[in-house]
Amino acid sequence: MSDSLVTAAYIGAIMLFILSLSGLSNPETARRGNLFGILGMGIAVLATVLGSRVTAAGIPWIIGAMVVGGSIGLYAARTVQMTQMPELVAFMHSLVGLAAMAVGFVSYIDTSVAYTGVDKTIHEVEIYLGILIGAVTFSGSVIAFGKLSGRIGGKPLLLPGRHFLNLIGLLVVIWFGREFIHAETVSSGTTPLIVMTVIALLFGMHMVMAIGGADMPVVVSMLNSYSGWAAAATGFMLSNDLLIVIGALVGSSGAILSFIMCQAMNRNFISVIAGGFGGGAPVAKVGGDAAQPAGEVVPVGAAETAELLRDAKSVIIVPGYGMAVAQAQHTVYEITKLLREKKINVRFGIHPVAGRMPGHMNVLLAEAKVPYDIVFEMDEINDDFANTDVVMVIGANDIVNPAAQDDPTSPIAGMPVLEVWKAKTSIVMKRSMASGYAGVDNPLFYKENNRMLFGDAKKMLDEVLVSLRSGG
Amino acid sequence: MGLVIGVPKEVFAGEKRVATVPEVVEKLIKLGFAVSVEAGAGDAANCDDASYVAAGASIAGDGRALWANADVIFKVRAPSLEEVALMREGQTLISFIWPAQTPDLMTAMTARKVTILAMDCLPRMLSRAQKMDALTSMAGISGYRAVIEAANVFGRFFAGQITAAGKVPPAKVFIAGAGVAGLAAIGAAASMGAIVRANDTRAEVADQVKSLGGEFVAVDYAEEGGGGGGYAKVMSEGFQQAQREMYAKQAREVDIIITTALIPGKPAPKLITAEMVQSMKAGSVIVDMAAEQGGNCELTEPGKAVVKHGVTIVGYTDLTSRLAKQASTLYGTNLFRLAEELCKTKDGVINVNMEDDAIRGLTVIKDGAVTWPAPAPKLPAVPAPKPAAAVVVKKGHGAASAPMSGGKLAVMFAVAAALFWFVGANAPAAFLGHFTVFVLACFVGYMVVWNVTPSLHTPLMSVTNAISSIIVIGALVQIAPPAVVGLPGQSARPDELIRWFAVVGIALSAINMFGGFAVTQRMLAMFRK
Repeated sequence: MSDSLVTAAYIGAIMLFILSLSGLSNPETARRGNLFGILGMGIAVLATVLGSRVTAAGIPWIIGAMVVGGSIGLYAARTVQMTQMPELVAFMHSLVGLAAMAVGFVSYIDTSVAYTGVDKTIHEVEIYLGILIGAVTFSGSVIAFGKLSGRIGGKPLLLPGRHFLNLIGLLVVIWFGREFIHAETVSSGTTPLIVMTVIALLFGMHMVMAIGGADMPVVVSMLNSYSGWAAAATGFMLSNDLLIVIGALVGSSGAILSFIMCQAMNRNFISVIAGGFGGGAPVAKVGGDAAQPAGEVVPVGAAETAELLRDAKSVIIVPGYGMAVAQAQHTVYEITKLLREKKINVRFGIHPVAGRMPGHMNVLLAEAKVPYDIVFEMDEINDDFANTDVVMVIGANDIVNPAAQDDPTSPIAGMPVLEVWKAKTSIVMKRSMASGYAGVDNPLFYKENNRMLFGDAKKMLDEVLVSLRSGG
Repeated sequence: MGLVIGVPKEVFAGEKRVATVPEVVEKLIKLGFAVSVEAGAGDAANCDDASYVAAGASIAGDGRALWANADVIFKVRAPSLEEVALMREGQTLISFIWPAQTPDLMTAMTARKVTILAMDCLPRMLSRAQKMDALTSMAGISGYRAVIEAANVFGRFFAGQITAAGKVPPAKVFIAGAGVAGLAAIGAAASMGAIVRANDTRAEVADQVKSLGGEFVAVDYAEEGGGGGGYAKVMSEGFQQAQREMYAKQAREVDIIITTALIPGKPAPKLITAEMVQSMKAGSVIVDMAAEQGGNCELTEPGKAVVKHGVTIVGYTDLTSRLAKQASTLYGTNLFRLAEELCKTKDGVINVNMEDDAIRGLTVIKDGAVTWPAPAPKLPAVPAPKPAAAVVVKKGHGAASAPMSGGKLAVMFAVAAALFWFVGANAPAAFLGHFTVFVLACFVGYMVVWNVTPSLHTPLMSVTNAISSIIVIGALVQIAPPAVVGLPGQSARPDELIRWFAVVGIALSAINMFGGFAVTQRMLAMFRK
């Protein structure tokens, strides 16, 4: 294949990737979007392999690596539980980061492409940045994976003077960057490069360690964005427009997703990108303690819950991470089906940051075959709570906390929440009275129209389902 | 063994309710109490003795024995003087009392050195007391029953119909007073298909009326009528004049009037005059739920249904008794909730804790000393209006946010211009080409992703993740490039090392690529209508 033909193929691939992303914006076209993505990837890889930059000697190696990697990937995709999606995505981000690092190092020690003058400087800056981003993505994703899968505690780890530490890290990285660019030979440049890589790895770990479990949706999409930038940096160092375009696409789309998440939590976007947010919360909490919610908690059993549901005309279900943990989505759907057969209007209200990944709840509900046209986002459904008989909150806490609106001293003040307390009755399913990730007490539990159904979400919902069935 | 709760048969003529039902007996026993029920106490409420026994209660054949034996008495109506004579020192009685209206009874009970909790003295404003609020549960029942009684004597359908035999207009119902009873009546009448209007001196209930399907008729006069404790207060003369005019107008228009107006400690206000009754259409119905307190209608005869000027005026005072099973169940549950409060230790021993606002309010006589009226409970502070700081600006993503201020925009433009000038002045042409592509691609990504529905965020992330394995291209071009002649003095290319790095890079990206697309496909396959 000639170089021009390869470039033409790349343009085709770029178009397919853009179509893929835009296809993903709507459930109707999403599957086609994914196919476009696969097609684009196939064209890009084939064109590269058949192009002039790859000689026949490399093809067996490529096929071998592809087969090994591909089969691992397919196996993982087949076997992963839908509730483990956040972990899987974080894990895969780390692979992209690692691959970007590998490509960066090779690009540095590869002498087959020689540069001089400004070109050389730019090339080296690109390598330096590419490895930096790749390393941050890699270590950050590994930590995120650990946190999401419960291997590392969800609590934010806040080192003293962490912003100071980050600043020192940045200065050291810049200083070694100068050394690196001025290095005469490959071997003398390797030392600064490795020092920088270590610092970048530490920085990535430190950044994600400082973020609490509840903010994971933002972290996951932020890492997604970083992996895109890593690809774009690689594109610059290899002078490959395809990589640049796709890297930029992924990077900017990830950044926007994070931005949307931040808005949903009323957090500052910049402080997320810089890492380590949520630091202000413990301070604010001291002031919030005085306002202990008044009233008392009314616990109910599964049978009473079933009765409340049966007597309702309209029901809204608000799922949270607790539903994911308990794997209760199928039972939720069984209950939904039963209620809908009784002509009860059942809908789902999804908070943008429910769960541990953007759209986490939607995926779980989709897995349980809940039709997506009864699943609504917060802005669509928030005004309807006042006309709703029963709201069932399954394993969610902070996203239904009225303190976000009523109590300006609350750490989550100003965060948009689902106004479930406006419904005639709300039932909160929880394992205990423990507070959510934000560590804030929830006045909702003490409201007079609220009932608490304590226990494991799956077990309790199973009991509700049984009593719904037996009650005819 | 815990205390014995005694449930005597109600002695008041025509009273069909009973203070507990078998389902509640079970719960009381779980609290540690023993329950003794007088034989036949629940017969009129469809709870026979056998069902009480099945629930774990014992049956006392004789009322006297029951009063002598029990430590706590659950009753519905206030005790008769004969019953008071049966009480023994230290006993506790829980029932309706109406201490303001029954001074003789209060004196008699005080002499017996007992403790009396009056269900009608519950501080209703305490939100945690609502589960014990028997007045509310009883009012709800009587409101419902009032509509049923009206329908019973009304000669037409409630709902409008168009039948082969002609068109039937819907009945028009006017409900005076939108308290608990009034609201229950609105709901019941509206669900039967009538056109429902309602009025209340408290303007804030208008929304509640509407929520139940009624239409709120305001009195054309500005005065606020909330009198504390959920009751209305006596209104000014000017207001009453305007109100009478409004009632007169409604009387001429509607088919059914249900009145629920009560003012605590006073005779019921006379809202419907004899002239208004006269002005009503023949066959109309008035249900006067305030009959026991003298009635809201001048022509009401308490306890009876009479026909005057062609209008049936129903003045039954036993509306709750006419729904005895339901009333007993709800009242029994209210008493059970109170028992829970009295016996927090669940050991069958009651503790009349006078520090507790709710119990303090209920207790009218404590160990032979009158403790009524209770001081006003320390009410929870009225919730302050929402602080402006916490007002949530609704900003759905995808919608345009407010445009940036001019100054900010200028700064951003300046920074961008400086940056581009720097790049343009220093970078070679080849780099600029790539840079152009990069910036444009960022914008495309922004435009494409901004409108994604939130439900697809996860698939989107997983597909962009899969796409980011495009980095494989980098590894591919490194694995075995065409040989080049090295520049003089340049070290040889470490082929072996590079190949291994590249192979690892390809394998890692391949995991991501195949895994990412496959899992996206799996997820998307699940989204369906």
